[in-house]
Amino acid sequence: MDNELNASSMADIAFLLLVFFLVTTTMNPDTGITVKLPPWSEDDQEEVKLNKRNVFAVLVNANNELLVRGEPEEVGSLRERAKEFIANPNHREDLAEVPNKAIISLKNDRGTKYETYLMVYNELKAAYRELWDAECQRLYGVPYSDDLSIEKKKAVRSKYPFILSEAEPSAYGEEEK
Amino acid sequence: MSKFKKKTDKGLPAVSTASLPDIVFMLLFFFMVATKMRDSSIMVKNVVPEATELVKLEHKNLVNTIYIGKPLPQYAAVYGTAPQVQLGDKFASTDEIPFFIEKFKAKIPEPQRPMIFTSLKVDGEVTMGIVSDVKTELRKSGQLKLNYSAKRKH
Repeated sequence: MDNELNASSMADIAFLLLVFFLVTTTMNPDTGITVKLPPWSEDDQEEVKLNKRNVFAVLVNANNELLVRGEPEEVGSLRERAKEFIANPNHREDLAEVPNKAIISLKNDRGTKYETYLMVYNELKAAYRELWDAECQRLYGVPYSDDLSIEKKKAVRSKYPFILSEAEPSAYGEEEK
Repeated sequence: MSKFKKKTDKGLPAVSTASLPDIVFMLLFFFMVATKMRDSSIMVKNVVPEATELVKLEHKNLVNTIYIGKPLPQYAAVYGTAPQVQLGDKFASTDEIPFFIEKFKAKIPEPQRPMIFTSLKVDGEVTMGIVSDVKTELRKSGQLKLNYSAKRKH
């Protein structure tokens, strides 16, 4: 006697489930630029006096134009300028004393386009990334990556710590509600 | 001779499909494991900018997404054309963000909560005003890990 279980419909059921998961699935992982926001505090921040030469002030206005340390600048050359400012290879008087004292100050208007803002942020991050790469290459002979051991990453990053301070945006050029 | 003759009258044997369920189940399990349900449909125009310094967000269940953009044409009649914040599957004002963050947090086991990322999927055309408001709300609710969602630049 043939009392085998008829399993031919099993495939149909499994296909049905498979199609369901195929349709509902989102495969690509979310990518982006990660940032850590400063904690919120209600009371007024005390002002910290900074040596002017250590501050790399970037202003993005509502017309999506850049002002870097008081002069108009193109997004394309921002990375090189930031790198020169941070590393200060020629020990110029007006650039950062030492890389770990360098502070990037980013300010935008409420009317600044998000795309421009992110592009500027990306360039500043890229500047640090390239400095880390060079430093890592010098110390360990490999480019900087997230796969390195924590100590190595720390060693590289403590030389060029990424310090970015964001000011409250000014209310220019906001879209009408 | 009769040994070879026997086969001729039988025709093609049926292809065994017994292993088909196994193959399909294998695929099924793969998709079940790799999947994250699309929990909300996007109701705003959402073309994220391109960037180069990208980080992958590994743990999908620890990512909380906030969409910002202009409402899609079918919602424009009700919600207007100014950029809006979408929390979950509805439009919301920025005041509702702390509650939205808490609600998400409650679903995550305690030890993993510090690893929660908020992913801002913001349309490139949006102005920074609304983004700043959202950031302020996030800071107020103590959600400091933030991701500006972006695509890889080619």
